[in-house]
Amino acid sequence: MTTFLTIIVLIFILVAIWQMVKIFDLAQAKSENSQVATDKDNTINAYLMMGFLAFIYIITIVCFVKWGDLPLMSNSASEHGPKIDNLMIISMVLIFFVQTVTQFLLHYFAYKYKGEKGKKALFFADNNKLEFIWTIIPVIVLAGLIIYGLNTWINIMGVDESEDPLIVELYAQQFNWKARYGGEDNTLGKANVRLIDIDRANILGLDEGDPNAQDDIITTELHLPVGRPVLFKMRSQDVLHSAYMPHFRAQMNCVPGMITQFGFTPTVTTAEMRQTPDMLDKVANINKIRVEKSKDLIANGEEALTPYEFDYLLLCNKICGKSHYNMQMKIVVETQEEYDAWIKEQKTFKASMTTEIEVETPTEVTTPEVAEIVTE
Amino acid sequence: MSAHEDNHAHEAHDDHGHHHKETFVTKYIFSQDHKMIAKQYLITGTIMGVIGVLMSLMFRMQIAWPEEPNVLFEALLGKWAPEGVMDADIYLALVTIHGTIMVFFVLTAGLSGTFSNLLIPLQIGARDMASGFLNMVSYWLFFLSSVIMVISLFVEAGPAAAGWTIYPPLSALPMAQGGSGMGMTLWLVSMAIFIASSLLGSLNYIVTVINLRTKGMSMTRLPLTIWAFFVTAIIGVISFPVLLSAALLLIMDRSFGTSFFLSDIFIQGEVLHYQGGSPVLFEHLFWFLGHPEVYIVILPAMGLVSEIMASNSRKPIFGYRAMIASILAIAFLSTIVWGHHMFISGMNPFLGSVFTFTTLLIAIPSAVKAFNWITTLWKGNLQMNPAMLFSIGFVSTFITGGLTGIILGDSALDINVHDTYFVVAHFHLVMGISALYGMFAGIYHWYPKMFGRMLNKNLGYIHFWITAVCAYGVFFPMHFIGMAGLPRRYYTNSNFPLFDDLANVNVIITIFALVGGVVQIIYLYNFFSSIFYGKKAVQNPWKSTTLEWTTPVEHMHGNWPGDIPHVYRWAYDYSKPGHDIDFVPQNIPLKEGEEELQH
Repeated sequence: MTTFLTIIVLIFILVAIWQMVKIFDLAQAKSENSQVATDKDNTINAYLMMGFLAFIYIITIVCFVKWGDLPLMSNSASEHGPKIDNLMIISMVLIFFVQTVTQFLLHYFAYKYKGEKGKKALFFADNNKLEFIWTIIPVIVLAGLIIYGLNTWINIMGVDESEDPLIVELYAQQFNWKARYGGEDNTLGKANVRLIDIDRANILGLDEGDPNAQDDIITTELHLPVGRPVLFKMRSQDVLHSAYMPHFRAQMNCVPGMITQFGFTPTVTTAEMRQTPDMLDKVANINKIRVEKSKDLIANGEEALTPYEFDYLLLCNKICGKSHYNMQMKIVVETQEEYDAWIKEQKTFKASMTTEIEVETPTEVTTPEVAEIVTE
Repeated sequence: MSAHEDNHAHEAHDDHGHHHKETFVTKYIFSQDHKMIAKQYLITGTIMGVIGVLMSLMFRMQIAWPEEPNVLFEALLGKWAPEGVMDADIYLALVTIHGTIMVFFVLTAGLSGTFSNLLIPLQIGARDMASGFLNMVSYWLFFLSSVIMVISLFVEAGPAAAGWTIYPPLSALPMAQGGSGMGMTLWLVSMAIFIASSLLGSLNYIVTVINLRTKGMSMTRLPLTIWAFFVTAIIGVISFPVLLSAALLLIMDRSFGTSFFLSDIFIQGEVLHYQGGSPVLFEHLFWFLGHPEVYIVILPAMGLVSEIMASNSRKPIFGYRAMIASILAIAFLSTIVWGHHMFISGMNPFLGSVFTFTTLLIAIPSAVKAFNWITTLWKGNLQMNPAMLFSIGFVSTFITGGLTGIILGDSALDINVHDTYFVVAHFHLVMGISALYGMFAGIYHWYPKMFGRMLNKNLGYIHFWITAVCAYGVFFPMHFIGMAGLPRRYYTNSNFPLFDDLANVNVIITIFALVGGVVQIIYLYNFFSSIFYGKKAVQNPWKSTTLEWTTPVEHMHGNWPGDIPHVYRWAYDYSKPGHDIDFVPQNIPLKEGEEELQH
């Protein structure tokens, strides 16, 4: 309803503007009315140009002050994260500088050289020195950025198998995630979607004959021991998905028919991250918002929102269908001991195959939630 | 070459000396006159633009107020918004069709189609396009594809909803998404026809520019508009066929069971037969067009802006040769950077390195252009017509949007902002808003040429200033929610408490979007009412140098009543020393002792 009212108000404003222009036009009718800018138009718009420059600066400052220190920008939780963040900050400073200067020149010139009758512009068509300067400066700056960027990129994407990374498969399907651990041998068993047998709980299509597959562990939560390199192997069973782990500065598409990979080392446990000052602020702020929202909900006879507690998340970041917006998995980074205890509790593939109770069909996992949200 | 032109000129001249009979149908509908075709493109593009913008307003409202029923949804979306609450499928469809319509139907056909058709013959001094018939066919194919695209909105299972990039398998499998059935079929058919239309148009532009220039109009005397249209057409001819092949292969996969893009798929409880294909192949083919496409959109806008800035600054465009060189450099680089859309697609990271390198290189010619525009203003005598305001606005948004390309083009940084709102902010500013500004600038500037009347300038000023404020208000904060990790194309963010603190930003953005969208009504009113009631235009209202302003105000077949004017100088003799007036049209011979600038 609010939106409808907003639109009505906007339309009234429009009508008002239109009427004012009509009046303005009628008032001008006697004087020369060629619809070409007069000196007066030039002056007014020149001042507005300076006003607009101020607007650009203000909106920049407001955005940086209000939203520029989002914890996601500064609190990376992986070893390579600070590298990306540093490169990002350098690029941002550079952009900020160029933006400030060029926007100033553009709008200031528009103001300074506003047209006046009888004035003649300077016939200034070319200057090789100037052209050279503003070709060579971007060349040098970009060369630096390219070298720095590529260095970082190769560093991140290069997988060092000698560090004995924990191998984890991220398995995507409409609309949920599964994780598969290699088990004792840290080796993933062979798998193909053609081997999926829902009735026998072989939901990821593991090769039942492969000895490496027997001790594989399939989970719906991603647990990672802190400080140990992890190498993710991504698979998808239906459409493209993208495994996006923003806190770890990590993302890779999951492509049906091929295995993609991405590796990183988590450096901050979930518990530690919850205690960082930035995160405490952020969570407090979010909970304040949720309390406000809950008041409205309760007034409407609905349930209040639960308080938020920070968790790392894996999100789907490639459009994948109706419930794309709700395809997520919790990530827990914990100490090696906690991780060992957790993984011990999980059933191996072999064990889960024999128990028929654990059967779950992929479609049923999200549908009830989805239905709920849609009808809300 | 010039002898050939003269021949052509004479033929056409004889032809129009006596007015041959025109019926309503040949004049307004199946017209072969480039000026009429330009207007047809513009009107069709405008209608599609209204649809596209309306869609964006709807999904913006959904993002800002996800839980609230909305009467507007109920009225416009019907069964897709039971009790006014938008359905998740139609949300994706709106996003998809908004992208498709704005990129292809408005900013490719509406912008390039309109101004290439209008200005190429007029500015190079030709009676019409090389082939008026092909030109007409090109428009009607575009019209047909527009109609099919609009029809696809009404199919039972919904229109295409796989994003404007229509990555398979989502777009290939009807069981993956409702929109991937009939809706996607129509989308593909529509686009195939659109591509045919675009190719016919492009070939025509290229041939016309090469062959039909009037006497004296050497390539280095062409206005920058023509250079931009010419190079755009070449990029189009190189890259659009690749999209056509991608679309055809996708049709094969969808309808005939081939496996070009599909492999190893298990969906809804069954294994599909596809084997050996790869969605990554589709991504390569798509972006081989998809990236040049953004330059197909932006180069004509750059050309228009260069021309309008020079004319309204009463100064030559600064660095004419550097401008041409940078257009050529951008065109060349644009065909070898497509991989920057695919850094995290699973392709080899080494390829990512190569594409980072080529992508960041594009910043160089872009920077040269931006600096040249700014220098063109320096010590000018700026006439603040609405077209000029939009041109300055263009440079402003092009810089703001272009700079963040340095972040997205850098593969290491792209990892974390890929497919977030940061990307949305970037490309909307640099090619969406900028190209739209270029288009508006062109319309305000050449409206007198198209309709023989002037647009109301005061409405133009209001249109520009509110639009300018709203454009920044919408897209500037969007960078920040992107950097906070908010993915694009989410129907609602309420399943992620993590993003709760961004909800108010989304409300602000939507309010700016609503105001900015509604304000376009002012422009539409101005546009349509001025056709009939606008102030009658004089022959050369902006005192420009180019040839189109030497034609009579009233349109005629063949453009010039007598001989085609000959050209003696470049297009930018504004405020040239030694002349009393501050512009010397291209058809005025050099004075004795006057030297043509060694540009």
